[in-house]
Amino acid sequence: MKEIHIDKIRETVYDALLQINCELSNDVSEALLEGMKKEESEVGKSIFEDIVKNNNLAKEKQIPICQDTGMVVAFVNLGQDVHVVGGNISWAINQALKDAYKDGYFRKSVVSDPIERKNSMDNVPAVIHYDIVDGDEIEILLTAKGFGSENMSRLKMLKPSEGEKGVVDFVTETVSLAGPNACPPLFIGIGIGGTMEKAALLSKQALLRNANELNTDPYYADLEKKLLDRLNKLGIGPMGLGGRTTVLGVNIMTYPTHIAGLPVAVNICCHVNRHIKVKV
Amino acid sequence: MKEIIVDLPLDEDVISSLKAGDRVLLNGTIYTARDAAHKKMVEEMEKGRPLPIDIKNQTIYYAGPCPAKPGDIIGSIGPTTAGRMDSYAPRLIEKGLKGMIGKGERDDAVIDAMRKHKAVYFGAVGGAGALLKESVVSAEVVAYEELGTEAIRRLKVEGFPAVVIIDSSGENLYKTQAKKYKRTLED
Ligand code: SF4
Repeated sequence: MKEIHIDKIRETVYDALLQINCELSNDVSEALLEGMKKEESEVGKSIFEDIVKNNNLAKEKQIPICQDTGMVVAFVNLGQDVHVVGGNISWAINQALKDAYKDGYFRKSVVSDPIERKNSMDNVPAVIHYDIVDGDEIEILLTAKGFGSENMSRLKMLKPSEGEKGVVDFVTETVSLAGPNACPPLFIGIGIGGTMEKAALLSKQALLRNANELNTDPYYADLEKKLLDRLNKLGIGPMGLGGRTTVLGVNIMTYPTHIAGLPVAVNICCHVNRHIKVKV
Repeated sequence: MKEIIVDLPLDEDVISSLKAGDRVLLNGTIYTARDAAHKKMVEEMEKGRPLPIDIKNQTIYYAGPCPAKPGDIIGSIGPTTAGRMDSYAPRLIEKGLKGMIGKGERDDAVIDAMRKHKAVYFGAVGGAGALLKESVVSAEVVAYEELGTEAIRRLKVEGFPAVVIIDSSGENLYKTQAKKYKRTLED
């Protein structure tokens, strides 16, 4: 059995969090440049320019792209032939998060209790999901999720008879309601199937996939393209000031579901779509 | 499009001249306040106590910055969603607040108060915190330090770029612009 020390996990997560808050991944930067090319509105174009300027500045000065450095979500795919030594993985991730947010001068946006609302002052804890997979590696997918867009996300238990049309309508309605609040242009993660919580998880995982990577199933790849086209007819545009580019990417993930149900979750992400996949 | 230079605090003539869609560069003093600071301010008002800052004629920026790196004035600072302050904003507008900077829709009660008391809602580019930080020339915490990023800060800005989203007549840019680009969705 391969041994992996938690210090290695801690270092990897620390570096990844410092990086994603100051520098966008290539798929997201490219999607922004593509969007800028397509935008017809003059105001929309100038907002794209500001966004690109902002992102370059953040990278060059190593300062956060957006002041909302988010709540950290981690998906840990733990190879079943790995033996983790030196302590607890969740502890290591949270410790890395605490250190990265302090050393990076990132904003502390987490409150320790949802009703009492006292800031934890260290952005801890992360939301951590685990999966056991084959192999002797640990793969960690990370995002720093901003809440302007998280707040506009929705979930609905559709009737099976509503089918594809039900899904398309619900996604369209959700993006339309998000409007300018979610910092458009947006990325849309959609989870279809499973149970209530599974659909929600899938929608977050969909946002962690590369923005330009289509679903491997041709039916869903086609639905992703159709939705992208449809959502860009809403006219919301960059900053909500009108335009052709409301959405830069749509990713769908699915799971088998019950004969009686069709859960759909729509996780909305702003143009500051911070994600990374690292291996330990 | 040409930007209009706007000095803060806003004066009455300027407020009435600003129209939804105008691109502006703001110069002068603004105060940051978001969820927690608004809750506290309104609680103080309900108890009949004075506010920690005199908001008469002032502009509030709905924002919570990142901490400043050594040698910097402030960290990244872009707008947060204004709608979360809608339940508090009319009370502050009645007390003399003249400008708000944020992102996203406002509710009818806020727009009514803006129309009645002549106030302006500006939008800044959401997610452009690193760029907006550049126009901040000084920053100090003036109230509720214990709230961390949510404390009230007095900022001096020079050339802070914004767009008039809702003007003092209630005209709303979000409503008029998205319509221009909306196409019919075939089923
Ligand atoms: S929604 Fe995204 S871009 Fe907008 S403020 Fe939050 S993190 Fe920043």
